[in-house]
Amino acid sequence: MSIIIKSTEELAVMRQAGKIVGTVLKILSRQVKSGMKTKELDIIATREVERLGAKPSFKGYRGFPAALCVSINNEIVHGIPGERVLREGDIVSLDFGAIYNGFQGDAAITVAVGEVTPEAKQLIEVTEGSLETGIARAHPGATLGDISAAIQNYAESRGYSVVREYTGHGIGREMHEEPQIPNFGLPGNGPVLKRGMTLALEPMVNAGDWHTRLGDDHWTVLTADGSLSAHFEHTIAITDDEPEVLTKV
Amino acid sequence: MAKKQTIEVEGTVVEPLPNAMFRVELPNGHKVLAHISGKIRVHYIRIVAGDKVLVELSPYDLSRGRITYRLK
Repeated sequence: MSIIIKSTEELAVMRQAGKIVGTVLKILSRQVKSGMKTKELDIIATREVERLGAKPSFKGYRGFPAALCVSINNEIVHGIPGERVLREGDIVSLDFGAIYNGFQGDAAITVAVGEVTPEAKQLIEVTEGSLETGIARAHPGATLGDISAAIQNYAESRGYSVVREYTGHGIGREMHEEPQIPNFGLPGNGPVLKRGMTLALEPMVNAGDWHTRLGDDHWTVLTADGSLSAHFEHTIAITDDEPEVLTKV
Repeated sequence: MAKKQTIEVEGTVVEPLPNAMFRVELPNGHKVLAHISGKIRVHYIRIVAGDKVLVELSPYDLSRGRITYRLK
């Protein structure tokens, strides 16, 4: 029940795992187009992760039935890929995790299907910006609350809200390790960051209110008010200097 | 994959109730109704009045909780 510090050797493996996750997401982002079924993305993700010598980590996690989470428009996270067809103007969150030599990588992107409204485009940009702002605070000696507050302030000052019932998380041998990383908080609160901590930061930003509801499949999390939601995530490592983004390719 | 937000606090068991439920007092003086986690049940960990425990709370309903750990 404490935050696990990774050794240099462990970080080297996590770097590999992260790179695989980033590569798969990059491939997926190029494949997204209107008219395709979301399960096609899941098939591509499964094929690519195996080609890269890793295994998808979501499949079977607490019974999740797919390798990839696909969450469209008012869906926030944990959407199950299936028969649903992507349409021009949709925004799609792709969340993917892989396990490589015993270590996990976890990342997410939100992509536009064709042309989307200026509002949707701005939501995507602000969500990605909030993640970058959070990462920029991830220095040794800073606290977890510094990251959380930076993400929250970035999104809220631009008129959006951050989801509260779901959080980022520590990551390593397990996908979900200590600590939980809320996307809201107060500077100076929480545990102090140390070199060797590996964290998955994942702001989920709503155009409307932050409340959520659970879909009929008991997985998909949706915005309670039906507004659009975007989601970005990176797995990062705390170093002596700038944080290392493990899932960036 | 995002983690479901939970709040974990330390508390003291004040009263055992039927059905493996307990009344637990939190450091702020609030009393919550808590059931025990499957892990505690499976390992037959006995919880009695006066035990210090970790209680997981839901942000939705702060009057109920789940005992996840018996502290020394």
